[in-house]
Amino acid sequence: MAKQTVSETGSTGVPLTSNTVITVRNLVKKFGNFIANDNLNFEVFRGEIFGFLGANGAGKTTALRILSGLSSPTSGKVMVAGYDAKKEPEQIKKNIGYMCQKFSLYNDLTVRENIMLYGGIYGMSKKLILERTAKLLERLQFEEYGGRLIADLPLGLKQKLAFSVAVMHEPKIVFLDEPTGGVDPITRRQFWEMIYETAARGITVFVTTHYMDEAEYCDRISIMNEGRIVALDTPANLKKQYNADSVEEVFIKIARPSPADPGMLQKNPKGNN
Amino acid sequence: MRTILYLIRKEFLQIFRDKFIGKAIFGVPIVQMLILVPAVTFEIRNVNLCVIDMDMSAESAKLINRLEGSTFFRIKFTTFSENEANQLLHRNKCDMVLQIPLGFAKNLGAGKPGRIMASVNAINAVSAQLSWAYLNGVIRDHNMNIAAENPGLFSGSAFSQTDVSNRYWYNEKLNYKYFMLPGILGILVTAIAFLLAGLNLVREKEIGTIEQINVTPIKKYQFITAKMVPFFLIGLVDLALGLLLGKLFFRIPFEGSIALLFMCSAIFMISVLGLALFISTFSSTQQQFMFVAFFFMIVFILMSGIFTPVESMPGWAQKFNLINPLTYLMRINRMVMLKGSAFGDISREICSMIVIAIAFTFIAVRRYRKTA
Repeated sequence: MAKQTVSETGSTGVPLTSNTVITVRNLVKKFGNFIANDNLNFEVFRGEIFGFLGANGAGKTTALRILSGLSSPTSGKVMVAGYDAKKEPEQIKKNIGYMCQKFSLYNDLTVRENIMLYGGIYGMSKKLILERTAKLLERLQFEEYGGRLIADLPLGLKQKLAFSVAVMHEPKIVFLDEPTGGVDPITRRQFWEMIYETAARGITVFVTTHYMDEAEYCDRISIMNEGRIVALDTPANLKKQYNADSVEEVFIKIARPSPADPGMLQKNPKGNN
Repeated sequence: MRTILYLIRKEFLQIFRDKFIGKAIFGVPIVQMLILVPAVTFEIRNVNLCVIDMDMSAESAKLINRLEGSTFFRIKFTTFSENEANQLLHRNKCDMVLQIPLGFAKNLGAGKPGRIMASVNAINAVSAQLSWAYLNGVIRDHNMNIAAENPGLFSGSAFSQTDVSNRYWYNEKLNYKYFMLPGILGILVTAIAFLLAGLNLVREKEIGTIEQINVTPIKKYQFITAKMVPFFLIGLVDLALGLLLGKLFFRIPFEGSIALLFMCSAIFMISVLGLALFISTFSSTQQQFMFVAFFFMIVFILMSGIFTPVESMPGWAQKFNLINPLTYLMRINRMVMLKGSAFGDISREICSMIVIAIAFTFIAVRRYRKTA
């Protein structure tokens, strides 16, 4: 499996010698009897946009939480930015950015106060924070919003801001968990432009999504079903392999959960948030 | 250190941006002081008396007059029917029935003891005992008077052999407010520290912002410290406010060192904050936290000795109080304020509080999980 991943990667043009920033070997995560992640194996490379697809409850968020040091694997080896997720989660946290499904900047703080807070937490100097804040607000054409409370911003702006804050400290990898959920198409497009810019700076983007058009934008995608990775390749290769016109078709062909499966209901809620 | 400052700044911004909480943290303690200090009292006033004077003599009238003249008693009813008197007692119309039997004056005149009987409503044992004691006091005075007026009447053995003169130290006038106020100050800082800090952390869990914090390289002790410091400082400001009110409205004496009092309250608050944050690390909703916190607060407050002396509690309760930080604070507050105790007098209490503060803070930091 591991070999297969590498050879597939080779075919996508990412050089085999490129820096691996995430290595996952035989990752298993159990909640009691429920297996949320069943023997995952994959690698993610520097500067790559890696799409993580799967139906609700397929185990995406569980894996993402393990990769970002928020949850500990039951077994298997997970290396992120050169650190072991089981033993050194705090080291990983220094090297990643994270933006979760649920919007999590502070609603009762202003835009500037939020930026200042996270800059401070990541140990940036005050001068650097102010510099980056100015740049960030300019990039988002947000200058006039600096003193506004987050609660007063529309969702699209909030999500773009959360993403900018997540990469403000120039992490090696940024994890995005359904970042564009509920966002209008124009803002989604702008959001993806930002993702491209970020990847071009050498920051790896690891993104989960339900939008199949977004999956097309990724360098590589993996599709999860019931805790397993059932497909992993470039969008183009997957479409060829499954004889499909779009990633959406591929997804429906391989990741359709059977509605009669009672397991879908019993699954540990942690598998989905 | 710099990280902690950024976090503390964030907490303060949030606290005072909440218009209600921002005002309530200073308003509530003021109201609490002004209501509780004068209202919570064990002083007995206005014991309602029902008198059955079967004797109808000058002597009995004198005794009744004397009772009426005291501030404690109010003669509400007079009757000749014991039945009616008991009914009044039963229906809570009076608190005590005093019966002066026929022959009271005659006995006194003959140099024999005059017998009277009092029935007290003892549903509240404390107030029953107190009214009983007051009654005894009044009757003793009355006896002395009789003895003084009729030097030849008694053989002299009954009275005035031992003349006990007492003085109440540290609270000369037995002003109950002086006793309660230092205790109320303790409750005040407990409420601020316990509820606000604990709820604050659980709220971050509910909203989900804690996830974003947990995915940063922030250290556990930094996060817990930043949650403690703002409420710690607010608690000290509230304490100062409470002392000021005590001085202005209740003219509370302050014998000891204010710095010592603040130091002790500071240590106390760290222990309460530690416990509150510990509870909030395993509560996932504000409701869960409130339920557990309420239980702890009630137990801590009622067992602390604010109302009833710790020394008269059963042995196991006194053992429990070894880990009840409020017990120490109650004692310290009263000793420092009323007695002027210095550091040396309360060093044992201070040491115990330091141990508790370290222990609670330690388990809070330990129990806080950044990785599930």
